[in-house]
Amino acid sequence: MDKQTAYTKQFILLGIILIVTSMFNISIGSIDIPLTDIFKTFIGQVPTKSSWETIIIDYRLPKTITAILVGSGLSISGLLMQTLFRNPLAGPFVLGISSGASLGVAVFLLSTSFLGGMFSFSAFLNWGLPFASSIGAFIVLLAVIIAANKVRNTMSILIIGLMFGSLASALISVLSYFSDAEQIKQFVFWGFGSLGNLTWNEILIFLGIFIIAILGILISIKPLNSFLLGENYAKSLGINTRKSRNIILIITSLLTGVITAFCGPIAFIGLAVPHITKLIFKTSNHKILIPAVALFGGIILLLCDSIAQLPNSEFTLPINAITSLFGAPVVIWLLVRKKKIYI
Amino acid sequence: MTEQNTQHIVLQTRNLSIGYSSKKSEKVLLESIDLDIKKGEFIALLGKNGAGKSTLLRTLSKVQNKLAGEITINQKKLNTYSQHELAKVMSVVLTERLPESQLTVFEIVALGRQPYTNWLDKLSREDIKKVLHALELTNVAHLKDQPFYKLSDGQLQRVLIARALAQDTEIILLDEPTAHLDIHHTYKVFSLLQELVKTTQKTILISTHEVNLALKLADSFVLIANEKTYSGNASELMEKNAFSSLFPEELISFNKNLQQFVINKN
Repeated sequence: MDKQTAYTKQFILLGIILIVTSMFNISIGSIDIPLTDIFKTFIGQVPTKSSWETIIIDYRLPKTITAILVGSGLSISGLLMQTLFRNPLAGPFVLGISSGASLGVAVFLLSTSFLGGMFSFSAFLNWGLPFASSIGAFIVLLAVIIAANKVRNTMSILIIGLMFGSLASALISVLSYFSDAEQIKQFVFWGFGSLGNLTWNEILIFLGIFIIAILGILISIKPLNSFLLGENYAKSLGINTRKSRNIILIITSLLTGVITAFCGPIAFIGLAVPHITKLIFKTSNHKILIPAVALFGGIILLLCDSIAQLPNSEFTLPINAITSLFGAPVVIWLLVRKKKIYI
Repeated sequence: MTEQNTQHIVLQTRNLSIGYSSKKSEKVLLESIDLDIKKGEFIALLGKNGAGKSTLLRTLSKVQNKLAGEITINQKKLNTYSQHELAKVMSVVLTERLPESQLTVFEIVALGRQPYTNWLDKLSREDIKKVLHALELTNVAHLKDQPFYKLSDGQLQRVLIARALAQDTEIILLDEPTAHLDIHHTYKVFSLLQELVKTTQKTILISTHEVNLALKLADSFVLIANEKTYSGNASELMEKNAFSSLFPEELISFNKNLQQFVINKN
């Protein structure tokens, strides 16, 4: 039972770190806003400069919330994939879901020259992008699920996912080849990833999907734990493995699709955060891991975003570059030190 | 068969065919298998490599589909059991290695309680009691907070048996539980299983290559030889000369006096 209290302490600590990093994240940017003024804004008072209120409410807060949602969503997706495929290398990228989302965006951005003027409405552009991305993610996922129901072996599904990913990337290359420079530039910028473009309405949609995903995750905790013994043991424990697998795949595609749609393909978080969490918490129990991974994911993406802001400057680096620059060395260091990796 | 006898039969097969089927073809490994597995017995399933022992166990535990015939558990047909209902009647110990995770011994054994826990997999006091009891029966209680990857093969095998015990089922199927063990640990696993059958009245069916040990400790046998199955206790099978058909006789023969298999020296 003392293990339980150790977990409680770790969770409280993580919660505090999440709040601190959120505050830090809100306060920095091209203009530094003191923490006291952030608190003032939150409790409904007017900060020292009234323009700060607009900055906080309309720009910084949505971006911070987005960072938390994206970080935890990608991390949870990665954890689910690693357990489902019992492979430490699995993640939303490996399954081809991210590539599918990119393909959707590529078709949307790059094919405008063929389809002409109907894309010039900016409203269509705002909503069309996430829509196209989700559709792309979903199509690849559907293909993976159909394949998954034909082949029983999870390793084969992993490879099929990789193949769909390559297919999507190849199609993107072909599309790029026939597009003009301006469109390619647009696509490349989307590919850098960005957390700051969401309006409050979009965040509400994001949040709604997140809540649906969390419900799915809650009912998946039991099958996920039994999957740790392998598929045959899970079956012998009364788990409907096919149904559970499909639920887990749908949650993952939903989360990855929406995240990629709104924020671009953000690399590394989905693979790295679950491993960092497992090494720190030293458990494979999903009742502990899922909330821990969610908290860690939020914190780490907030930190990455704070670095990307380049405090006191007007530049913002692409978030995708920061996550890899920050994440890759951490994972390499952890692996070299601990030498062993677990699902 | 008398009325009283059927009551004690927990697992029965009639005219069962097992093997592999795909859309185009069917590969029958064994057919017309008629087994009557009695409650509270320790049964050894013997046969050469590739004879179909694992396939039979997989078919009995519904991991694999039967090709034809009937399997009944407690007078109820196997295919009318849902996965969840079956999990409360039958548990398994498989040959496959566990994926590398950080599960502890306690957590592995506690997973055996999944058929009884609620949707969030919360362990009740009753569940924890059963898990601890299973850990004690298999002598692994002192390891309970260890991650399983630190265990020796012998310890891990006992943990997996504990997991099956915690599942609290009438029937336990074990597929070659002593495959990686030395003779000392093999004997320990066998005597543990024999002891469990005596104390808990569970029915344990084990596939094994340890023929001589099985002959000493098992209550009855299922033999797969020359694409046929024989079942019964040692003396019944000796009468039918079933044991001698198990291996090619010029190499290994069955000595009726010793009730053991012996290697023929030339």
